Amino acid sequence: MNAILILEQMLNGLQMGLMLFLLAAGLTLVFGIMDMINLAHGSLYMVGAYLIASITAATGSFWAGLGFGVVGAAVFGVLLEISILRRLYQRDHVSQVLGTFAILLMCNESVRLIWGSQPLSLNPPLALSGPVEIFTGFSYPAYRLFMIAVGLAVAGLLYLLIAHTRIGMQVRAGASHREMAMAMGTNVQRLFTLVFGVGAALCALAGGMLGPLLAVQVGMGESILILAFVVIVIGGIGSVRGALLGALLVGCIDTAGRTLLPLVLVNVAGAEFASNAGPALSSILIYIFMATVLFFKPRGLFPSHG
Amino acid sequence: MTKPLLHIEKLVKRFGGLTATDHADLSVEKGKIHALIGPNGAGKTTLIAQISGAMPSDSGRIVFARHDITKMTMDERARLGLVRSYQITSIFGRLSVLENIALAVQAIEGSSFRFWSSARSEKERYEKAHAVAQRVGLGTRLTQLAQALSHGEQRQLEVGLALASRPQLLLLDEPMAGMGPEETERMVGLLDSLRGETTVVLVEHDMDAVFKLADKISVLVFGKVIASGNAQEIKDNPSVKVAYLGDDFQHLNVSQVTP
Amino acid sequence: MADLKPVPSVLEHTLQLRWSLPFLALLLALPLAAYSVGDTFYVGMATRVLVFALAASSLNLILGFGGMVSFGHAAFLGIGAYSVAILMQNGIASAWIAWPLAILLTALVSLLIGWVSLRTQGVYFIMITLAFAQMLYYLVISLKAYGGDDGLSLAARSSVGGGIDLSNDVHLYYLSLGALVMAMVFMVRLLNARFGHALQAIRENEVRMTALGFAVFRYKLAAFTLAGAVAGLAGVLFANLNGFVSPAMMQWSQSGMLMMMVILGGVGHLYGGVIGAIAFLLLEEFLSHYTMHWQLGLGAVLLAVVLFAPNGITSLLKRKASHD
Repeated sequence: MNAILILEQMLNGLQMGLMLFLLAAGLTLVFGIMDMINLAHGSLYMVGAYLIASITAATGSFWAGLGFGVVGAAVFGVLLEISILRRLYQRDHVSQVLGTFAILLMCNESVRLIWGSQPLSLNPPLALSGPVEIFTGFSYPAYRLFMIAVGLAVAGLLYLLIAHTRIGMQVRAGASHREMAMAMGTNVQRLFTLVFGVGAALCALAGGMLGPLLAVQVGMGESILILAFVVIVIGGIGSVRGALLGALLVGCIDTAGRTLLPLVLVNVAGAEFASNAGPALSSILIYIFMATVLFFKPRGLFPSHG
Repeated sequence: MTKPLLHIEKLVKRFGGLTATDHADLSVEKGKIHALIGPNGAGKTTLIAQISGAMPSDSGRIVFARHDITKMTMDERARLGLVRSYQITSIFGRLSVLENIALAVQAIEGSSFRFWSSARSEKERYEKAHAVAQRVGLGTRLTQLAQALSHGEQRQLEVGLALASRPQLLLLDEPMAGMGPEETERMVGLLDSLRGETTVVLVEHDMDAVFKLADKISVLVFGKVIASGNAQEIKDNPSVKVAYLGDDFQHLNVSQVTP
Repeated sequence: MADLKPVPSVLEHTLQLRWSLPFLALLLALPLAAYSVGDTFYVGMATRVLVFALAASSLNLILGFGGMVSFGHAAFLGIGAYSVAILMQNGIASAWIAWPLAILLTALVSLLIGWVSLRTQGVYFIMITLAFAQMLYYLVISLKAYGGDDGLSLAARSSVGGGIDLSNDVHLYYLSLGALVMAMVFMVRLLNARFGHALQAIRENEVRMTALGFAVFRYKLAAFTLAGAVAGLAGVLFANLNGFVSPAMMQWSQSGMLMMMVILGGVGHLYGGVIGAIAFLLLEEFLSHYTMHWQLGLGAVLLAVVLFAPNGITSLLKRKASHD
């Protein structure tokens, strides 16, 4: 096991974590402010990815695809919020789970209807498709560096937005004390729609960027949705800071589990055990981590509700 | 003096930088009605939560019936006989008055890990519930759904639920909150009748009621009990007067009250 | 003395024999009807509905009556099913040995999962049950010896003896029906007993129950374990019905389907699971004849139910009955 490999995996973990953060940030805010469990969040990710892939294919430009796709997904998210999701805010969690689960099913089938069952291909722009030499002997894909850069930029922007603007203050107030925020004159309806739109945009961004790495196909939202929920539960619902920390932790643990754990297992317990137990253990690792966190901190690392 | 039924020693609760309960001491004698008063924000609700077990304490001790209950859960304390009622009504809205109270009786009578025989068939339990309902003035409202009761009736049910558990100590959090004069008088009568039968710790803002009922009064200010004594002692206490400047206490004319 | 018999209440449930008995008669007659028409395909399909009804009813116990939103219930189906399949692979085909073992194992696992999960509330509970289910799902996929991703076939259906031959679809049908009927009878007794009253009251106002002196955790855990065990039984029947088990039956979307059945049928109504399973599977059957994209229609129906009939079909039926 050499240092280069570890460094590479750490960067992969960082990249994964930051992408997860894009998904988790919107999810935790929706949950924290509107007190709504939104299983359709993964659908926004999927729709975003599909839009970006289609526009990229149509225009030949990844950047055009990314730009218009993100906007398109945001619009879709806002329309969804206004038409259906708004009615679920006051309902109990079971109703929200089932209602958004229904939307998830409908989105999956609609996408299948429009684009078919075959995965779409999405390629990174030519400029970013090669490796970058970070220091002698160590090269890392330019595209992944780009993802890390975008992720960090978004995190920074969100921080600025939430900590230093009026809207951000309203968001923070809404996340910790909804009634108080309402009493203070926040136009709650508009705030909700805004938060939802931003969340949808972030999802689409993540979907578009991950598209070249993972597949753009129906059902891509589900697996990452669960991870996003794990992230916000670990981080504490309503906390963007928690979402970042949780996402980074989950990203690193997942990556380490997938790549490093089997290596450890091979050395410790032999190749056969490693190939059998390795994948299972690494998938389970995240959940064990979440269960452990919840055991000691039943409301996550940074519970934001009073 | 006999050993107190409830004894609180240097109880502390902090919320970040705020010390809500600041080394509070309290002794409650068996069979008496003990009132806990204090200006708004004094920490009465927090203290009640700590005594009932809804909130853990940072330090200090709570001794009840010679058990150290400081670390016990709320349901363990209730089973020991320390039962509370809530300031914000917390009843079973979709159940009838009788069912509400019958549940409370069920809690302390035998195990509820019975899976086959009908709970409804326990006539005795329902009759006990009926008796409690009558006692709190809901004898004619037995079959009414709790959520359909008037506010005052719901407060009566609130106390009834606690009473049905046949507690050794009743912890009542503003039982008369939001009640009109007639209802208040009825509640005062009810609480008065409990003297000797059950020990009562009463948190109240209604000073008339407090002075009518309480054998002993403790005054809580900024999480500390600054005075404990009978009605006259409390009224004469200078630090109490200072604490209550401008609050409920001022309007009460000393000469109006008979010792 | 006032009449102490409280009015019909949220806590009390009946078997509603007025319509359930005729319905049962119909179910009993179904295989005979199928035979006379010469088409026994529907017997297998009906068995599937019965087993799902059993599974959904077990979820209804904790979700509808206990207020515990468990998103990992399908995992218990899987454990029951896999236990039978694995035992069968190792030569144990007798139902008298395999089935109790399967149910016991499922009960044990649900006890453990419940013990950890029930410490949390609200969405955290939902997430942690989901997490545990995912863990089991991935665990099962990784067991190459038992088929891994591809699943495991059963060489035959469990042997019962005494003239009962489960390889005969009709026998399996009647056995499943018997299991469902027994489960319903047990459930109505349980709900009307002290335990059921306590459980439902916990759903209504958990904090007050604790304040009254009920050890709420124990009741929830007991209900959770019981529900898991019954789901294990349903899993056992599935394994026999399909002759095949696979990790797919433990996916979280399957848990979602079970929840859909419960809400469709009516959360907290005795027959909510049964009605929901029937409605769901009929809907699935009907829609899939029209289009490949039947899940779109299913989603739309579910959404409509959530938005406009949150108490499910049962409450719609009740409302209609009271207007007659």
